[in-house]
Amino acid sequence: MRDTLPLLLGALPFALIYGALAARSGLSAVATLAMSALVFAGSSQFIAVGLVAAQTPVAIIVFTTLIVNLRHLLYSATLLPHLKDLPQCWRIPLAFWLTDETFAVSVHRYGKDDASPCKHWYQLGSSIAMYLNWQFWCAAGLLLGNRLPDAQDWGLDVAMPVTFIGMVIPFLSSRPAVVCALTAGIASLLTIDLPYRLGLVVSTLAGVGSGIAAQRAGRARREANRR
Amino acid sequence: MSTSEAWMIGGMVAVTFGIRYLLFGVAGRIRMAPWLAESLKFIPPAVLTAITVPAVLLPRGQWDLSLANAYLVAALVALASGIATRRLLLTIAAGLAAFAVHRLLV
Repeated sequence: MRDTLPLLLGALPFALIYGALAARSGLSAVATLAMSALVFAGSSQFIAVGLVAAQTPVAIIVFTTLIVNLRHLLYSATLLPHLKDLPQCWRIPLAFWLTDETFAVSVHRYGKDDASPCKHWYQLGSSIAMYLNWQFWCAAGLLLGNRLPDAQDWGLDVAMPVTFIGMVIPFLSSRPAVVCALTAGIASLLTIDLPYRLGLVVSTLAGVGSGIAAQRAGRARREANRR
Repeated sequence: MSTSEAWMIGGMVAVTFGIRYLLFGVAGRIRMAPWLAESLKFIPPAVLTAITVPAVLLPRGQWDLSLANAYLVAALVALASGIATRRLLLTIAAGLAAFAVHRLLV
């Protein structure tokens, strides 16, 4: 719980911003809260709200959610060795509540040397704390967003691109990742006229493909240098 | 809540929980190919960039590459402070502040 505390505070403004953005996007209040309670995935909720505001078809929103959440496959693959002997009644809630933050603190806890058999309780505690915190501040943000008249002039609609820029930067620590982001950015401009915001899907695939290609090229170059 | 909102949330719940539970559910009976695991890490930067670039360069659907574009100015300030400080909340605050100042002055 103590390790999760800074993450609870860290998630607070995002939950507030999500609620406030959702209030202005045309998404109903019930849907905004239902999304937090049932989907519980910060970045996909942000993206979904942005896409709702841009009047994107439901199928594209769901598909984008799928793509964005594929990273959870990596998390669950990493945690799996620690959880595979637990019964389903443990694995289902831990899967539902798996987030970037809980993954980060749990992987740290599972990695400690002590042989405590109860480390999954730690993950559960962190999960529930993150969940309740998220619900509360989303609702607060929703109220706030409804109170502020003309949120556009307050710059709430610039919060999303600015937040995303801050989220992208830590990923850009290697050359393949930079290639990936640049390709996706250029592709998003070239595909802007595609219907149903299909450009988003095309650009993401182009970015991921170029990242993999850059990584292979880099590896080949290093091996050539070694010889 | 409208019908299309219900479909959207239902779909998002299905794919989100499906992905989070997939590997826990089968618990080690299948393994992910290494190339697939490796390519997953490129998804977040690709998606985030692909959403952000058009939102900033074409606010309200029209190309605007001038400094009169408050979204572009806010994005450039956020980018610079993000690279300099590597702190998310500071980056957001800098971008929002730049946007507000731009709105006041221009």
